[in-house]
Amino acid sequence: MSILEVEHISKSFEDTKVLKDISFSLEKGQALSIIGSSGSGKTTLLRCLNFLEQPDAGIIRVNNEVLFNAADPSTMQESQIRKKRLHFGLVFQSFNLFPQYTALQNVMLAKELLAKEQPDYKARKKEIHDAIEAQAETLLKQMGLADRMTNYPHQLSGGQCQRVAIARALALHPDILCFDEPTSALDPELTGEVLKVIKELADQNTTMVIVTHEMAFARDVADHVIFMDDGIILEQGEPSELFENPKEERTKQFLSRFTQG
Amino acid sequence: MELFLEQLPIVIRSLNVGFLQTLKLFFVTLIGACPLGLIIALGSMSRFRPLSFVTKTFVWIIRGTPLMIQLLIIYYFPGLVLKNPIWGSGETGRFVAASVAFIINYACYFSEIYRGGIQGVPVGQEEAGLVLGMTKSQIFFKITLLQMIKRIVPPMSNEIITLVKDTSLARIIALQEIIWAGQAFLKGSQGISGAIWPLFFTAFYYLLCTGLLTILFGRIEDKLSYFK
Repeated sequence: MSILEVEHISKSFEDTKVLKDISFSLEKGQALSIIGSSGSGKTTLLRCLNFLEQPDAGIIRVNNEVLFNAADPSTMQESQIRKKRLHFGLVFQSFNLFPQYTALQNVMLAKELLAKEQPDYKARKKEIHDAIEAQAETLLKQMGLADRMTNYPHQLSGGQCQRVAIARALALHPDILCFDEPTSALDPELTGEVLKVIKELADQNTTMVIVTHEMAFARDVADHVIFMDDGIILEQGEPSELFENPKEERTKQFLSRFTQG
Repeated sequence: MELFLEQLPIVIRSLNVGFLQTLKLFFVTLIGACPLGLIIALGSMSRFRPLSFVTKTFVWIIRGTPLMIQLLIIYYFPGLVLKNPIWGSGETGRFVAASVAFIINYACYFSEIYRGGIQGVPVGQEEAGLVLGMTKSQIFFKITLLQMIKRIVPPMSNEIITLVKDTSLARIIALQEIIWAGQAFLKGSQGISGAIWPLFFTAFYYLLCTGLLTILFGRIEDKLSYFK
């Protein structure tokens, strides 16, 4: 059964059609890579999934629940959107860590704020806080940041920041974790440590949507690859198939730039 | 020397009274202009075009004309043109008129500093909060507010130090602040005339005040320097 179903999503900015009738689905525990040149709509698609942009048309379903339906305004209420966002996690290209908090606090903050909404929060404050802290520590250790927990973002390298950001997203247990070009803002020698962490998540069957320009990585980590061009899904399939036998001329052109380089 | 020692207590007493008026104007302006500046900032950032246009025009006029003219207009306009001297003629009336002029003027300057602070926080900070399921108010209070404060402290400290010295402009409507008090001994007051040294003494009051503010703002900047 598909955990995520996207049907006929369209999105325009002013007169520019950025997404044109996008449909795809994703199985639980699988990793989906979205590749394509800049401006092809990859990032906008991720932003639509995370309710940072509102599609003009289409339906988004998670676990068979309709989260968004452009034809049904009741799915767009601000109060509900906040809860719906929690189905998704998003790791940004530029990390967007909160500079005034330590790595550990960055991972804990959202969860603590959510915990305050629990009815029994006041009575179990200490217990809840300790549990959140323990979970955050485990996540940061998993990211190889055991000795960096009390550092502030400006004291961390780009690769470390991005790993904190991944831990921060994981802390809320999203159904689907999205990555928006997670290594594009990093020095080449730092991309490896971030890709390694994402690969480990894939090995643990984390459901992921990864927008990336790292072709070798996409091929290695993904169960399914989508090639986007000018707002449409031009071609999709298994990585081996799409990378070795692209059917469309445009896909061949795009991939040749990476294989030749 | 003997004469100086004789005159010193008289002058100091007089300067203290003037300085108290200076301080009053300073604090009243701060208390009024800090929140009013925020309202003006929000107005100028409004997506409702007419509101932002009116606010921006107002800020342009206030920042584009001398505070001294604003003081004169606010003080004299109601009485001379509207034939309704709302400020009265006493020292209290002059103080209220001066406070109104200073609050409006400084609120406009503060509003631009606030606007810079608010718009200077990257939009990614809010988006990161949103995707983590935070409410708009949680995002404001837990994430963006402190980053804004950090951004506005240096320009605010600059502006507030300028305010200390700008209060002396209020003597144009004869508010009896410290320069007025010092200058009185030049013309003749309490048996002292032709003395210029009291004016030099006023400078020490300003230096003391701005010195304390410099230390205070330095401390705040230090406190906020733990993040970038």
